[in-house]
Amino acid sequence: MTVSDTHLLTVENLSVTIPSSAGAVRAVDRVSLALERGRTLALVGESGSGKSMFCRAVMGLLPRSAVVPGAARVTFDGRDLGGLPRRELAAIRGREIGVVLQDPLSSLNPVIPVGRQIAEPMRYHLGLSSARARERAVELLAAVGIPQPEERLGAYPHQLSGGMRQRVAIAMALACEPKLLIADEPTTALDVTVQAEILNLLGRLQRERNMAMVLVTHDLGVVAGRAHETAVMYAGRIVEKAPTVELFTRMRMHYTRALFDAIPRIDDPPHRELGAIGGQPPGPAAQRVGCPFAPRCWRAEERCRTEEPPLARDAGENHSYACWFPLSQEERP
Amino acid sequence: MVKKRGITFWLSVAWIALVMTCAVGAGFLPLPAPDQIDWACLATSPDGVHLLGTDNVGRDIAARLFFGARVSLTVGVIAPCIGLVFGSLLGVAAGFYRGWPERVIVGAIDVFLAVPRLVFLLVAMFVFGSGLPAITLALGLLCVPSFARMARANTIRFAGREFVLAARATGADDVAIVLREILPNALMPMVAYALLVMGYVIVAEGGLGFLGLSVPAPAPSWGGMIAEGREVLERAPHVSMIPAAAMFLTVLSVNLIGDGLRGWMDDRESQL
Amino acid sequence: MSEREPLLRVEGVTVVYSVGGRRNVHAVSGVSFALFRGETLGLVGESGCGKSTLARAIMQLPRPTAGRVILDGEDITVLGSRSLRALRSRFQMIFQDPIASLNPIRRVGESIEASLRTKGGKSAAERVRRAREMMTTVGLDPEQHYRRRPFQLSGGQCQRVSIARALMTEPQLLICDEPVSSLDVSVQAHIINLLRKVKSDYGLSMLFIAHDLAVVKNISDRVAVMYLGRLCELAPCADIFSSPAHPYTRALINAVPRPGPCQPLAGTGMLSGELPSPMDPPSGCRFRTRCPRAETRCVMVQPELRQIAPGHLVACHFPLREVAGPDEDHRPLMDRPDN
Repeated sequence: MTVSDTHLLTVENLSVTIPSSAGAVRAVDRVSLALERGRTLALVGESGSGKSMFCRAVMGLLPRSAVVPGAARVTFDGRDLGGLPRRELAAIRGREIGVVLQDPLSSLNPVIPVGRQIAEPMRYHLGLSSARARERAVELLAAVGIPQPEERLGAYPHQLSGGMRQRVAIAMALACEPKLLIADEPTTALDVTVQAEILNLLGRLQRERNMAMVLVTHDLGVVAGRAHETAVMYAGRIVEKAPTVELFTRMRMHYTRALFDAIPRIDDPPHRELGAIGGQPPGPAAQRVGCPFAPRCWRAEERCRTEEPPLARDAGENHSYACWFPLSQEERP
Repeated sequence: MVKKRGITFWLSVAWIALVMTCAVGAGFLPLPAPDQIDWACLATSPDGVHLLGTDNVGRDIAARLFFGARVSLTVGVIAPCIGLVFGSLLGVAAGFYRGWPERVIVGAIDVFLAVPRLVFLLVAMFVFGSGLPAITLALGLLCVPSFARMARANTIRFAGREFVLAARATGADDVAIVLREILPNALMPMVAYALLVMGYVIVAEGGLGFLGLSVPAPAPSWGGMIAEGREVLERAPHVSMIPAAAMFLTVLSVNLIGDGLRGWMDDRESQL
Repeated sequence: MSEREPLLRVEGVTVVYSVGGRRNVHAVSGVSFALFRGETLGLVGESGCGKSTLARAIMQLPRPTAGRVILDGEDITVLGSRSLRALRSRFQMIFQDPIASLNPIRRVGESIEASLRTKGGKSAAERVRRAREMMTTVGLDPEQHYRRRPFQLSGGQCQRVSIARALMTEPQLLICDEPVSSLDVSVQAHIINLLRKVKSDYGLSMLFIAHDLAVVKNISDRVAVMYLGRLCELAPCADIFSSPAHPYTRALINAVPRPGPCQPLAGTGMLSGELPSPMDPPSGCRFRTRCPRAETRCVMVQPELRQIAPGHLVACHFPLREVAGPDEDHRPLMDRPDN
């Protein structure tokens, strides 16, 4: 581990293909990104855009049939994850990378009290005694904002509300003090009120513990103010990536704009027609010629249909996008 | 993703098809009658005259095997069907209406399950006689409880689903909801289970035949043939082994087909 | 209140579940409101507040424990099951989980067509023709989608199928129970736009249930806020968002994320504590355990829904703004049964 290396996670050219009866599905397509310690990266995209598969690839939890072409390189904390034996990978996964999934009810074991579920990984990975692990579990439950944590140790997941369950799932993910937290749609299954609380909690914990975080969501609305950098994914590719404020103020992709327009806003007058993207996301096995968004893009021209735009950035800027005809100043929201 | 069914599945299908063809075509094949005794050949090995040899009293094993397949298949197909039909009726009624119908049906099933199966079969044979219809009916009744439990569990599971509510919201009555919404869904896993029961019933019939409780001699049944071969087991093991192997392969095939279909249905379920 | 006769009047609807032994849950307690013709009434609240139970009680699936549901002048809670079935074509519902609300082994086209079958009077060919037309109306291609099964469609497409099925019987009232909360934001926009369109095309009245205030604001004419089985505020859409009177409404509004770089983060002035168990609701005002303004009176006396401005009802002893007006406006608007 070198101190000079500020990047905790670097992903280079990661693709994931999954063979299926209808031909190989390219779930993740040449994704490269880097995440510094203590920073948050938001991955935004519709269902099927490959964001969850990307997370699974980083964690080494791909389905058996998935193929990762050789050019990919995932480096975590100075180690190349691709070259590690399974055992070490499993150790990193539990200890240094924490995961929070969309549905806390299915990610928690229904027949084990939550206290034990939180304590177990600490005993396993950190070798804590059961009394010490229990103590830590209480601390963690308190840290994620669960009142009367000692009493809740014995509760089963079904006895808790959705928000509480997600807090428990976060406590579990934090148990071994991970350096990276992957939150895959952590609030999609929750009420809006609880959503804000959970996102605020994640942000606070991340700052306190100097964790890096990958926040995966389909709602562009929740990333503002919560992520340092935002990457928009479409059809397995990253199509736009920029510091979050830059992304919102100087949006370049038509797709990003469309996602932004689809969000109902509480400050808008009632009955505003929502911007909806026509058409369907491309089928997973669809032939890739040209820009994958071209069939749904109002701006698409012949070039978009024949030539794939590379993910490139303008000189001197930290804003990459993959579009031949990026949004002009007037077209931005 | 539809999983490709393996070679074992298709081999199983081929075996069952073969057994069925033999059972149906037994009367048309150039075989001696199953009770015709050839005094010249007692317990002979397979040869040109007797394709699979003869048993200890000189009857053609191939002929007896093919005619015996009729018994095994009849019992194996009809008994699970009896279980499926009556079990579904009881189970769906219990699961759909809950309340007192459920308590009565579940109670009756529990009582029935407490009766030892062999005792039930012996009593049934005693009452109905030991013809093929009686055996089929008795084994069929034995299957009813497990089908009923399964039907009830599935009905309860589906009756609470939103698509059933949606059908109710459009004004469908109870009959339409049971027939069109619940039953087709509940039936799928039960049909796969019926195949498993089929194997179980074929073995059970064989066991009865072995005890001399199946179709009365001299009519052939696989279980009876195995029992008859006991006397010459040392000298001519094929007399027992050939029907035993036929039964083994048939039951195995039925189970493998059931597994294949279940896998296929699980795939569909997981896509939901 | 208004010279218009409402299409739907819900009066003191109460739903009580028994949860083993003598323990009862009052999922909905004495809820009353009216839904006018051509209006969309948004109903918001957190999960577990009873909004879905209320929707099902209005649908008579199952019937409420107490109270009346009056549709077009007729009390449907007292109808026999046969006459209720006959009337069902006039009020339809769309469910939250688009895939689960379709029969998994049926082709979706058949699911749409089947909703006409119970109404009777149409030949099979006519029903199929209508179903295909309706699929086009909701933005599905009948050639491509009629013979698909639910798991072969996306969540958004399944929700379109549900909408088509509900519209087939030509209802007057459409109850949408969280129709978009399990969908992606981009798909959600499609479905909301579609619902708005079919509502005006078919002259529907709509009860739109959601937990997302931004969605509710986008589609509703009036908004009702529900907490722990009771209504706490009911007002025209513009009023309730510009000047919420109930502390709970304000907390909900504050929790909505506002997209954009310069917007404040949601969650300032958040609700403290957990939703109390509906098995053992707090005395007096049910919100008092989480309310920053709660006083002794809130513990003792249950606040009734009263009018504080024209069309603006609130159930709070200390609403966030007192509207100047004649005192007689402060009387309880509806009698509610004690439970």
